[in-house]
Amino acid sequence: MMACLLEAPLRISVLSEVTATSRHYVDRLFDPDPQNVLQGVIDMKNAVIGNNRQKANLIVLGAVPRLLYLLQQSSSSLELRTECAVVLGSLAMGTENNIKSLVDCHIIPALLQGLLCSDLIFIEACLRCLRTVFISPVTPVQLLYTDPTVIPHLMSLLSRSQHTQEYITQIFAHCCKTPEHQTVLFNHGAIQNIAPLLISPSFKVRMQALKCFSVLAYENAQVSMTLVNVLVDGEQLSQVFVRMMQRDKPIEMQLTAAKCLTYMCRAGAIRTDDNCIVLKTLPCLVRMCSKERLLEERVEGAETLAYLMEPDIELQRIASVTDHLVSMLADYFKYPSSVSAITDIKRLDHDLKHAHELRQAAFKLYASLGSNDEDIRKKITETENMMDRIVSGLSESSIKVRLAAVRCLHSLSRSVQQLRTSFHDHAVWKPLMKLLQNAPDEVLVMASSTLCNLLLEFSPSKEPILESGVIELLCSLTQSDSPALRVNGIWALMNMAFQADQKVKVEIVRALGTEQLFRLLSDPDTNVLMKTLGLLRNLLSTRPHIDQVMSSHGKQIMQAVTLILEGEHSIEVKEQTLCILANIADGNTAKELIMTNDDMLQKIKYYMGHSNVKLQLAATFCISNLIWNEEDGSQERQDKLRDMGFVDILHKLTQASDPNLCDRAKTAMQHTPWWIEALMLWTPFGES
Amino acid sequence: MSGPSSGCGFLMSVVVHGDLALNEQEKELNQRLKRLYPAVNEQETPLPRSWSPKDKFSYIGLSQNNLRVHYKGHGKTPKDAASVRATHPIPAACGVYYFEVKIISKGRDGYMGIGLSAQGVNMNRLPGWDKHSYGYHGDDGHSFCSSGTGQPYGPTFTTGDVIGCCVNLINNTCFYTKNGHSLGIAFTDLPPNLYPTVGLQTPGEVVDANFGQHPFVFDIEDYMREWRTKIQAQIDRFPIGEREGEWQAMIQKMVASYLVHHSYCATAEAFAKSTDQAVHEELASIKNRQKIQKLVLSGRMGEAIETTQQLYPSLLERNQDLLFMLKVRQFIEMVNGTDSEVRCLGGRSPKSQDCYPGSPRLFNSPVHKASSSQTYQTGTAEVEMELDHFSNGVSESSSNGFLNGSSTHGIDLEECDGDMGEIIIWRQLCGGSQAAIERMIQFGRELQSMSEHLRRERGKNSANKKMLKDAFSLLAYSDPWSSPVGYQLDSIQREPVCSTLNSAILETHNLPKQPPLALSVGQAAQCLSLMARTGSGSCAFASVDDYLH
Repeated sequence: MMACLLEAPLRISVLSEVTATSRHYVDRLFDPDPQNVLQGVIDMKNAVIGNNRQKANLIVLGAVPRLLYLLQQSSSSLELRTECAVVLGSLAMGTENNIKSLVDCHIIPALLQGLLCSDLIFIEACLRCLRTVFISPVTPVQLLYTDPTVIPHLMSLLSRSQHTQEYITQIFAHCCKTPEHQTVLFNHGAIQNIAPLLISPSFKVRMQALKCFSVLAYENAQVSMTLVNVLVDGEQLSQVFVRMMQRDKPIEMQLTAAKCLTYMCRAGAIRTDDNCIVLKTLPCLVRMCSKERLLEERVEGAETLAYLMEPDIELQRIASVTDHLVSMLADYFKYPSSVSAITDIKRLDHDLKHAHELRQAAFKLYASLGSNDEDIRKKITETENMMDRIVSGLSESSIKVRLAAVRCLHSLSRSVQQLRTSFHDHAVWKPLMKLLQNAPDEVLVMASSTLCNLLLEFSPSKEPILESGVIELLCSLTQSDSPALRVNGIWALMNMAFQADQKVKVEIVRALGTEQLFRLLSDPDTNVLMKTLGLLRNLLSTRPHIDQVMSSHGKQIMQAVTLILEGEHSIEVKEQTLCILANIADGNTAKELIMTNDDMLQKIKYYMGHSNVKLQLAATFCISNLIWNEEDGSQERQDKLRDMGFVDILHKLTQASDPNLCDRAKTAMQHTPWWIEALMLWTPFGES
Repeated sequence: MSGPSSGCGFLMSVVVHGDLALNEQEKELNQRLKRLYPAVNEQETPLPRSWSPKDKFSYIGLSQNNLRVHYKGHGKTPKDAASVRATHPIPAACGVYYFEVKIISKGRDGYMGIGLSAQGVNMNRLPGWDKHSYGYHGDDGHSFCSSGTGQPYGPTFTTGDVIGCCVNLINNTCFYTKNGHSLGIAFTDLPPNLYPTVGLQTPGEVVDANFGQHPFVFDIEDYMREWRTKIQAQIDRFPIGEREGEWQAMIQKMVASYLVHHSYCATAEAFAKSTDQAVHEELASIKNRQKIQKLVLSGRMGEAIETTQQLYPSLLERNQDLLFMLKVRQFIEMVNGTDSEVRCLGGRSPKSQDCYPGSPRLFNSPVHKASSSQTYQTGTAEVEMELDHFSNGVSESSSNGFLNGSSTHGIDLEECDGDMGEIIIWRQLCGGSQAAIERMIQFGRELQSMSEHLRRERGKNSANKKMLKDAFSLLAYSDPWSSPVGYQLDSIQREPVCSTLNSAILETHNLPKQPPLALSVGQAAQCLSLMARTGSGSCAFASVDDYLH
């Protein structure tokens, strides 16, 4: 009631404009004679039907609290209470503002309380009004779950009549928005209670029950696993859904049934090669994308299909040849069409409203279609104006379209062929770079991930991107709070540093700064750490570069390497670190940083005897570089290493069962003639 | 009422093989084709069931009941391509037609084409290369639309794949399927009367056709459901513009005239009253007709003829052919034992005379319309309608005789409609009475002389001649009911007689001899068969019966 009282000043100001008749209706609600009150409510009911102005007037005049009072009063006759619920339901049918006012007056708890009454007609009137309130986007769905007794009570009312079934399932279908909601409904027996309604004689009940299942099953393995075992009148639920997808059923029903099966499949409850998916759900969703369907249906169809086949290459292949899907999607970009602009304004308005949705849905579906198969990617890029559409999609005002466009581009960028051809021809890097300047994180993640691919060594776009000053941008990404962005930033830098010019490497190190580099080396995200090590490794390749980098940052790098080798890290991380060490060992001056560090040599020795072959191999590689005999000072290094016992280890490794390791050890030995001598002397002893 | 038959002749012809499995396959084929294409009249337009051994290039070999096709040429150049057509073109009345081809072996190069072609298109080619020829080729996945150059269409296909070809005869398009997945429209603006066609070009290529012998991989019935719904929605939403009122009035008129025509007088009266219409015939007249119809339908032809002569004195005199037909029917009813004349002789109810139309009083009182009031005490319209409308109304009347005569020889005509074999024991000529048989034979002689008289006066009439011959043939069998001409004894045969007589009476009153409703139903049915002949596929999904029930 509070909220309504607060509106008092407003009420006074508007009062003067409100017609006297409206006030008369409200006044009659306060009549001392209950019979007059009832007649007043009935008259009010007839006055508001289809009259939004009248509805607003009555709300402003404070009819709602009075109606709610009458509805809740146990002294009111059942007839009066029912009529009150009907009028409130009618008021709710008006504008969103009406709904807001009703919700502010606490209509929801009042009506929910009303459901405890035993009279079916009254219950149905309350449910009908609740339904109208709950399906409005302005009503917080949480209000359904505030009182924990409400859901079980609604479940129990499902058996009362077709009307209660229709309203309650419609409320559930609209108010199940989170995994928590799904769990609450599931725990109160939603599946057992609603499943029989799928074969109700009433179409509306069947439809709402079906919608319930689609929202319940979405990304919910528990619900989905339960659903596959449910029988309706002796028939498996999945078969009931399949029947609902028959081509003579209403489109809404086909589409929703396809969603149910899609969600069950994605949740792992149905295999992707099950006939009900391959031969029924997928073709049904492709049909939903056809030109004959309404724009809304085409959007939903494409999005659901994209979701269904995202993880499965076989489904992607089938979809790519079904009903010319790839070219059918090209039509999604033709709204508003030139025809719609000419023929009528209404149509133009409708088309404009859906144009963004259509484009983003098409991009999503293309992204899903092309995520694995090279032939499909080719087919997509060869679709009329496809690359141009992606390029313009990247700079659209709608964030949803931009995100979907970049997802699509990302999917296609997995193709070496496309990177070399269409990506370069259409200079996709330009809008991509622009997108990276200022975008929300989810767009940035996709865009930077795409950029990683564009920066691959064989990509012709790599050069122009470098020239566009991308390094600063990528470095800033590595400072992001989002691990995904940090990974992509450093990954892109890693790709960029691969076989790069000295100039580029210097620029990367300068822009990133050693401080940031070392912060990344202690990043909690293993992926970030791995890519940072990768970057280091790429920076430390070819001798002059190694010496150059090590001369300026040698101390810090050696420290970081020590830290990682001593820390608790995965084999992959340690292997990568040892590879860096091996690269350092390849430098002319840089190798002294190792040779003078006995602690580091001990570590290398330790890893040569490690139980993991990969680590042994990397460590051996490092030693092999240190004893390389064509360089100055090799003799001294060899002496020192022999004194430290590396000969024995190398000799043992020449007997290793792993052929790579064995070869590596033998090659190392060949660079030290005297070691071989020693070995020859040593062997007989060993054998005797 | 086309009878129980259209596929039958074919069935019998294949039984000759004696191969049980094959027989089963044919049965399955017939069932499937009947289910898929109920609107097709196979007498007029047979469905393709196999490849034609006559309509193929010499490099094509057929086996496995002409369902398997293999290549037996050199396969060196495209000049060695060879095709085969199915035995029949696709009838338009299919609405949607579908067949599948399984690639058994792709042979050397897999240059296989699956599609459609018109009669007379060169068979030394792959489908799609020539005018009025359409194909989908396995080696490149291209579609060929009457052209030597293909368009990118679908995926390639090879050994193990099942390719389906669907012709939509409503919008004249075609799409293919691969392993149960629709590949989308391949051709539009297809001409009518295309034959399923396959073409092969290199050695080793073998394909099997499925024209309905086996379940299809693709769910064609689901596709057909969609089109049935579309067509029916189109009919339901047919725009009538501003003329809604007119339509309603017209439909009411049609219903009223139908009721009047068939003499459902009480119903007609009630309907006319509630829809505010005038009835264009006097009630008494309607009731007279009703009386006569009831007599005909209960097999009491003698009474029916006499009543007609009384009520419409000049009608039968002027229409000797009609009289002849009625008398032939009377003869048949005598054989049946149902005609009043033989029933009296057969020791059955003399009371059947009660309803003998002696006095016009009878026609004014519904209570007296039947010989016994126990079955319809009130004479309400509903009961009358049932009696008039269905032949089982007849059993009501005959059971009166049955009851009254308490004879175990009573004939339950309703059962006669069904299984003849079981009730044969008590079925006897003319009800089993010797006197009745003699009367029947005498009547036959009279009929014979009437026939001769008619021929002398008005020349030969082959219809009359056949009618008489068929009727007399009944006597040639010891058990006429189960004889080849026994159908004449079926009570359903009374209906055409009844309606011819009714129409003749109406004509004398300058009323239409057919009710407009029946006329329009007939016209709709005729229209549908005309659509089938002119290639409009939508006739497949607009069966008149769907709207009558």
